[in-house]
Amino acid sequence: MDPFAAIEPRNSDRTASQSRFINMKLDTSGLESTAPHFGTSCELFSGFSAAPSFDLPVTTDFDGFQKESIQMVKPAKGTTTLAFIFKEGVMVAADSRASMGGYISSQSVKKIIEINPYMLGTMAGGAADCQFWHRNLGIKCRLHELANKRRISVTGASKLLANILYSYRGMGLSVGTMIAGWDETGPGLYYVDSEGGRLKGTRFSVGSGSPYAYGVLDSGYLISYNTCIRYKYDLSVEEAAELARRSIYHATFRDGASGGVASVYHVGPNGWKKLSGDDVGELYYQYNPVSTSTVEQEMAESSST
Amino acid sequence: MEIQRADKCVMASSGFQADVKALQKQLAARHLIYQHQHNKQVSCPAMAQLLSNTLYYKRFFPYYSFNVLGGLDNEGKGCVYTYDAVGSYERVGYSSQGSGSTLIMPFLDNQLKSPSPLLLPAQDAVTPLSESEAVDLVKTCFASATERDIYTGDKLEIVVLNKEGLHREYMELRKD
Repeated sequence: MDPFAAIEPRNSDRTASQSRFINMKLDTSGLESTAPHFGTSCELFSGFSAAPSFDLPVTTDFDGFQKESIQMVKPAKGTTTLAFIFKEGVMVAADSRASMGGYISSQSVKKIIEINPYMLGTMAGGAADCQFWHRNLGIKCRLHELANKRRISVTGASKLLANILYSYRGMGLSVGTMIAGWDETGPGLYYVDSEGGRLKGTRFSVGSGSPYAYGVLDSGYLISYNTCIRYKYDLSVEEAAELARRSIYHATFRDGASGGVASVYHVGPNGWKKLSGDDVGELYYQYNPVSTSTVEQEMAESSST
Repeated sequence: MEIQRADKCVMASSGFQADVKALQKQLAARHLIYQHQHNKQVSCPAMAQLLSNTLYYKRFFPYYSFNVLGGLDNEGKGCVYTYDAVGSYERVGYSSQGSGSTLIMPFLDNQLKSPSPLLLPAQDAVTPLSESEAVDLVKTCFASATERDIYTGDKLEIVVLNKEGLHREYMELRKD
């Protein structure tokens, strides 16, 4: 298959829902090997070089099967991610914990995915779903760049992802992501989820810790509640990074399912840069300095009976 | 548990035997094709992503297998990749998968405590152990896990991979 076929829009007469039932194969053309096959006959390799498709189980109770198989997906459930636009670009931050029920399966998940040097994605929901589709998006963005001799816009990239996720709607994908980047129009920020939603905005937080993160983020971001809500756009990079870090820290403090390392990224005109990665256990002592106060009253055992 | 090998890349899997076999057969075939096309061994980071994609292609009917991939990267440093059943993966300092992982991981955290790769400024994640110390630690882990996990036991196979090459060690575990 022509590896550049993915760039051209697919003009199908069928509607999306019809084609989903007729052809349940996924467009993975972007993932094909571009290496040449030697020799005229490719029969030997045909089983491997063909675009791989997603196998579906033979079962009468597909929904029940799906529910069971979703349990096997390590969910990066219990997450706090946030991103906001300010004067100097976009600030993106996330925690790094993955849990399965009460068990912490990892404290070092990379929830901020580097799509290309100018674009970042965040990960909430199924870890594999997010990772795979962001990798896929990275390929699509690179192909767009090669075909059009300029970088894809954040709007375009987020729409590519939203369209893919919408085509799998109802099949059990679990993705809640923010696409943040810098393009010809300046900073861009979109929220995309597996239900097909795609929102443009100036600040988002996703995951179980998001209410806590929003609380801190909004309080540092909005200056006036009484008059019209103007947001504090003119933060410096340092102030914005501190706001992002503090929001993640407070979310990890109150949300048991969030924790690990608070990573902070900044996307500016020259691409993204990682600003900090701090263990939230150590951040606690930064925000709550240990005071060497004198002990006013010693605990003594009462002798009275 | 199953262990499979490429030159600088070893995979250990647990889960459903048939799925594990099918997965390893698929990877071995892809590895052979890679060798024919590029005339070199596949690097460990490349194999890591291939395994991730292979697992994700069965997203809606997953391989019931939980894998760890260990090997040497392009710089000759040791690397460990850990996976879930549908292909999310990350590079870590150490990892454990399978039914005994909940017993082994906290022990490794206590003994090795490798700093998170996400920290900035970055800290070296290589564990300061000699080969014999590392092998002893693995043996202790499995001996302990066998005591409390009914699905772990019988025998242990350890593969040691370094710049000299690869060798295996075996240990008997509790048979009950």
